[in-house]
Parts: sequence; C-alpha cells; structure tokens
Amino acid sequence: MMFLLSFWTQDYLILDKTFTLNNYIEAFTQPVYQLLFSRSLYISLTVTFFTVLLAYPMAYFISFYGGNRKALWLFLITIPFWTSYLLRMFLWKVILGYNGVLNSFLLWLEMITEPLTFILYNSNAVIIALTHGWAPFAILPIFVSLEKIDRSLLEASRDLGDGPIKQFFRVILPLSMPGVVGAALIIFIPTVGDYITPKLVGGTDGLMIANMIQVQFSKANNAPLAAALSVSSLVIVAFISIVFVLINKKHLRRY
Amino acid sequence: MSKLVQVKNVFKSFGDIHAVNGVSLDIQEGQFYSLLGPSGCGKTTLLRLIAGFEKPTSGQVFIDNTSMDNIEPNLRPTNMVFQNYAIFPHLNVEENVAYGLRNKSEKKSDQNKLVDEALELVGLSGLNKRSANALSGGQKQRVALARALILKPKVLLLDEPLSALDKKLREQMQSELRHLQRAVGITFILVTHDQYEALTMSDRVAVMFDGKVAQEASPRDLYELPNSQKVASFIGEMTFIKGEIVGENKNLQVQSEIFGKITIDKSRVFGQSSKKMVLGIRPEKIAIVPKTSRSKDLISGKIIDVSYFGETTNYKVSCGTIETLTISSQNSVGQLSYSVGEEIQLKADMNNIIAFSV
Amino acid sequence: MNRSNKYLKTFAITYLIFLYAPALLLPIFSFNSSQIIAFPLSGFTTGWFKALLYQETLHEALRNSLIVAASSSIFATILGILASRAASRYYFPGKQFSLTFILAPLVLPEIIVGVSLLIVLIQLGLPLNLWSVVLGHTLLIMPFSILIMNSAFNNLDISLEEASLDLGETPIGTFRRIILPLVYPGIMASLLLGFTLSLDEFIIAFFLTGTETTLPVYIWSLFRFPKQLPATMALGTILIFVSLILLSLGEYFRRRAAKTQTSVM
Repeated sequence: MMFLLSFWTQDYLILDKTFTLNNYIEAFTQPVYQLLFSRSLYISLTVTFFTVLLAYPMAYFISFYGGNRKALWLFLITIPFWTSYLLRMFLWKVILGYNGVLNSFLLWLEMITEPLTFILYNSNAVIIALTHGWAPFAILPIFVSLEKIDRSLLEASRDLGDGPIKQFFRVILPLSMPGVVGAALIIFIPTVGDYITPKLVGGTDGLMIANMIQVQFSKANNAPLAAALSVSSLVIVAFISIVFVLINKKHLRRY
Repeated sequence: MSKLVQVKNVFKSFGDIHAVNGVSLDIQEGQFYSLLGPSGCGKTTLLRLIAGFEKPTSGQVFIDNTSMDNIEPNLRPTNMVFQNYAIFPHLNVEENVAYGLRNKSEKKSDQNKLVDEALELVGLSGLNKRSANALSGGQKQRVALARALILKPKVLLLDEPLSALDKKLREQMQSELRHLQRAVGITFILVTHDQYEALTMSDRVAVMFDGKVAQEASPRDLYELPNSQKVASFIGEMTFIKGEIVGENKNLQVQSEIFGKITIDKSRVFGQSSKKMVLGIRPEKIAIVPKTSRSKDLISGKIIDVSYFGETTNYKVSCGTIETLTISSQNSVGQLSYSVGEEIQLKADMNNIIAFSV
Repeated sequence: MNRSNKYLKTFAITYLIFLYAPALLLPIFSFNSSQIIAFPLSGFTTGWFKALLYQETLHEALRNSLIVAASSSIFATILGILASRAASRYYFPGKQFSLTFILAPLVLPEIIVGVSLLIVLIQLGLPLNLWSVVLGHTLLIMPFSILIMNSAFNNLDISLEEASLDLGETPIGTFRRIILPLVYPGIMASLLLGFTLSLDEFIIAFFLTGTETTLPVYIWSLFRFPKQLPATMALGTILIFVSLILLSLGEYFRRRAAKTQTSVM
C-alpha cells in the first residue's frame, strides 16, 4: 500500500494515481533529503558502534564474573528501560539543556564557568541519548551469546597455550559474534527511523529522516513523498543490514 | 483365549519415511505382549497406531473385533503409559489419577474409592495430595499406571515406560509390572528396545526391524530359535561360522572348519537352503573342558581375549582358522579361569547349533 | 585475571549509573519546589502531584490509554494464541515464511509502521479514533505475543495432550483442562507486556489518534509548556512505578510458566 502510494502524486488533498518516479527522484536528488539520509545513517551507525562497544564489556562482566548474581545484574540493567521511551528522551533534553541539569550541576560545583553548548540541540545530543536508550538491546544479545560459549573451550584454549588476551581474540570474540551482529542490527534498524529523540534533543542540526517523513505527511500534505522517503529508508536500512550480515557471515555459522 | 488386538497389513508413512511397512499381528486377550526392536524400527509408531494417535496409511487395526478406522483415541478401549509419563504438572496425584473418570458418569464418592484402589494397586497409597512436580521418576511411572488402569481399558499400551529409570529401579519395576499384569488380567502391549526386558516380562515378543516384524514368538523360542542372523544377534550374542551342505535327508549335514561335519535337524534350519550356510551357536552352548577329557568331538583352540563380567567370563578363542568362537563361562564354584594365550579344549553342544541361509 | 575483573566491575557499575541517571532525576525533580529543572534543588513539595489531580485532559488521556492498552493487549494475545497454536501443532506450506512475516514489525522502525497504517486507513476511508490506535497497537504487540505464546506452546509436551485424549477427554475438553491451564502464565505475561507496551507507545498513537489523545501523546504536548515541566516529572514518576509493578507481575508469571513446564519431564 505504502509502496504503491510512493509512486503517486498528491496535490493538497487530491491523490493523482498515475505512476511516477518523481517522488523517488526528489528523495534522492534534493540536497535536504540527501543530508537527512546521510545524517540519519551517520547518527545511527555511530550509536550502534558506541552502544555495542560499551555493552560488550558489560555483558562480558556479567557472563564471566556475574557468579550467581547474573539474574540480578540483568534485572538491574533492564529496570530503567521499562520507563517510557518518550520520558527517557525527554529527560535527556532536561539534562543536556543550556540551563539543564548537567550544566547547572557543573556550574553549581564551579567545575565550568559557562554552560557547555556542544551537547545540546545537535547530532551529539541525539547520539548520547540513543546510546543510552538502546543499551539493554545490545547487552542482552551479547550476554546470551557469551553464555552459550562452552566454558570447556576456554580451558582448552588455555591448555593449548593462549594467554588471556589471545584467548579473547581467538576464542571468545569469534564465538560471541552472533550476539554482536544481532545487537548491532537490533539497534541500527530502529534508530535510523527514530522520531522522538531528534525531535526532542536534536534541534535543527540533529533532525533525522523520520522527522521529515512526519512533516511531509502531516504538515506538507505530501503523503506520496513521505511514502517514498519511508520506502527509501527501508531499502537503505535493509541493504546495509544485509551487507553487514554478509561481512560477518563467517562468524554466524552455527558452531 | 481370543484375539483381542488384530493388526492387519498396516502401513504408515511420514513423507518418504516408511515407519511401519506392512505389519500383521494377532494379540491374544490377557497376554503380556512386547514390541522389541532398535530405535527407529517403527515399534512406537505401531503402538501409536493402536492407540489412535496415528492413522494408518493403509491397513486396519481391530480391537475386540471392532475396526478402529474412525475411532478417535479418546473413544478407544486403550490407555497408554507414555515414555515420559506425561503427568499433568498442574494437577496433584489424585487429580491426575482421576482425570479420565470425569468422562464417566460416576459419583464423586465412588470416584474417590476408585482412586484410592488404583493408588494402592501401584503402591502409592496416601500420596493423593502430592503435587506432580514433587514426584520421583518411579513415582511418576506409578501415577501414570494408576491413571490408565483406573479406566479399566481392554488394552494397556506402554511406550518404553522404564527407559528413564536407573538400572536397579528398572529391574524392580519390571517384576512389579509383570505381577500387576497378572493381577489385573488386562492385555499389556509394551514397546522396548531392551531385549532382556522383553524376554523376562513377556508372554510373546514381536521383533521389528525397518518397519517389519522379523519374528514373532515366545521369549524362549526367540532366544533358542531365532529365525535370522539379525534377530539372533539383536537378542543376546551368537557366533557365526561359515559352512557348506554336504548331505541332505530328513536332516541336514553341514561341513565347517571348526565343527567338522555335523547333523542339524530341519527344525533348526532357517531360510532357503542353499549350498552355503551360516552356522550359529550361543556362547554359553560351548564349554571349556579339562585337557584330560577324552570326550570325542573336542575342539582345541587358544584364548585371544578375555572379558570379565562378574558372574560370567567371555573368552574369544581362535581355533586355527580365520573365525573365532565366543564362549561364555559361568564363574561358579570350581570353575577354572583362563588367561590370554592359554591353549584349551572346547566342547560345543552340537544340538544347539542353528543353520541360516546366507 | 583478578585485576581485569576489578576494572570490569568498576566499568560495569559506572555504566549502570549512566543507565540509571536519567530515570533517577524523575523522582528528584518531581518533589523539587522550583519550576525550573536545574540544580541546586530548592525545596521539597508534593504540589506537582496534587496539580495532576485537577488536570481534566490528563484524566481523559489516561482513560483513553487504558482503553487502548486493555483492548489491544487482549486482541494481540488472542491472535498470538491462535497463531502459535497453529504454528506449534500443524504443518502447512509457507509456515516459516508467514511466521517471519508476522514478526516483521518487531524490527521495522515504528514510524514506518505508523505511516503505513495511516495510509491504509486513509485509503480505506476509515476514521481516525481510538480504535485505529487499538489496531496499530495490536499490530505492534502481536509479534511479542506470538513470541511469548510460541515458547509457551513449544514447551508444552505434546504427550500431555495425547495422554488427555487417551484418558477419554475430548479435544475441546483437553484444550480447557490441560492446554489453557498450562499456557495460562504465558497468556498473563503476554497481556501484561502488551498492556505496558501500548501504554508507553507514542509514535503510532501520535499518527493514528484523532481528537482523542492517549497518555504519551498528552505528555508530548506538555513538553511545549515549560511551566508544566515539574508536573510532567511527577507524572513520569507515577508512570515508572506503575510500569515497574506491571512488569514485575509479568516476570513473575513468565517464571511460573517456565517452572511448571520444565518440571514436566
């Protein structure tokens, strides 16, 4: 349905149902859409990278040193995320704002003399908020894949002469790659299309493609263009995901 | 006695797999009947066909001279003890046992009495309120039995009921099941892959391979007169020696390197007789005799391997040919033991030799 | 080994603090007497909570949200039961494909789900009201319901069903006496998770709601009024506690499901 719509034209409230590629041409040639697409991808990929990077040691710690408190750790990690996504992102706006919690706190402690500005209403703010917001979605799959590693494999690799670091890169990391790939996809796919976060903390420099889709849809009354943008982003996301999976194919075989 | 369960030329395929490939059986009322075979031979499928969980691809099942063609499992006069017992985890012992009574119009007080009787029968008196999760494997087994027997089925089907129990408990349950069957007089059909279980418990045994019944006989006949090499080696152990027919009248004269020329009764010959035959003998039908013995037809050989099993010792003996004999010797009072490399003399019970066609 | 353990632990705790920090602000500032959300704190008040009591629109949004959450979680769970029952017991061509297809919304960006639904509804000429939000949320929750119910049904030993039939019970009786009681914890978990998801969901509701707003849409509109911020924080605090209670209940049922089923063997 949306696919069809993307080939039509809308003039205010009247739909012209003749087939056209104009929406796609517009979506791919207009600098503003190009900018939004590339910014969405940049933000999303950065978020994915940092989230996985931070989540891995956490998952590793829980899996290997969690002892009998693994369940408790996992529970602690998930609790904050059962609050509304909307509220959490709103809280980041409150925290990062010019007169926000972070700045006022640092000013109060006299650690800074004037408010920090590089963290509000731009891509960085969006990245920070999303990295926070999607953390458990990275920790859990990585944790699961680490848990699945047969501990006797680690003893075997030690027995065969690997030190802790070699062991990590030769055994643990390759075996946990399915979890890492899963985590990356789980974060990358939805964050590309996130609407709330850029709208709340992104300012104008941090807006992403989803905001434009919404604008085209409701305010600009150009549903076909919005549909074309949706389809395009879906295709781009699918393409990147598939490439990503293919690159890591070697690691995704079942052991 | 009458034929209670009749399986008539039943086939059952799952896609390309022919699980049951033309089976006909008659099971008499009051029998303890076993379906024995290696895993994947179709014995469980056959049991499920009788229970009604599977429908035959072709062929028919009759119970009590009634065709079971269009009769659903819940309406058949059969009850089943499942391999994993299938005790309902959300119900206690009493509720599990009384489960099937709900569909029979009996008064609550009568039901309670029946439950108590059933529990007593299987030795679980007083555990009425115990939760299903708190039961041991053996107890679950008994609950499963009580739950099925309380409905007084014409046939009780048991799908490898003892395979999950440890050895001691399994042996105890084997004898209990046998006694229980005699006490209630219900026809039992047991599926098992354990040949000793089948031999010790059953009145009759059907051995199945690849979806077909290879032999159907009493336990004694099955062991003493297996009708093929395959059955012979599945049930117990047997040594096979190549032989050649040298004469035939009302008996068969067979020449072989180890036994020389021997005479075999026609009743002990299986398969099409051809020039070449295979002779089979059970390990315990050969005895080691003292060197001083002057008995005739002695075989001399040299021990090449010894396996000690406690009550018996198995010897592998080379008799100067490429074939070796396996001998099982009871470690009873006065029995000498031998070690590898020793030269010994053997006496085979020639009347117990069986001839199979090649 | 020991030293790296210590570093890891420090990292883990720091990370945990980072994860908790925003949520902890909610209760702090919802009791702070200043209208501006900033340090230093100025004093203790429960005024923001009291203010919530007199918000007519809030009450209406809350009522709408509850209606949507209840209906969509019930619909999704019923559909989830049917789908997983079909998937776990019957084989049909394209089974794997249709399962993947049903689960697709799980990974689609919500905005796309929202936009597509909106287009479909407009094309069909259906009005936008609470029921369109219910439809959207049912679609959103269904994959979760199916996953939960699937694992509930797959853990259900088929021989229990056969045993019931064998003991003379009819297929319908078996469903009522054996299957339902055993997957009941799964049903509760699906209902609770669905309820919570729907209660929190913003984008789809934002797109599909007509004049009747749901709670998240209402909160979204509050963000534009700085004066309302502390009250919003207070509302957030309440929501966190409600979510926590619902989810703990869900977890409890999930564990009970796991417990009754693993002990079958």
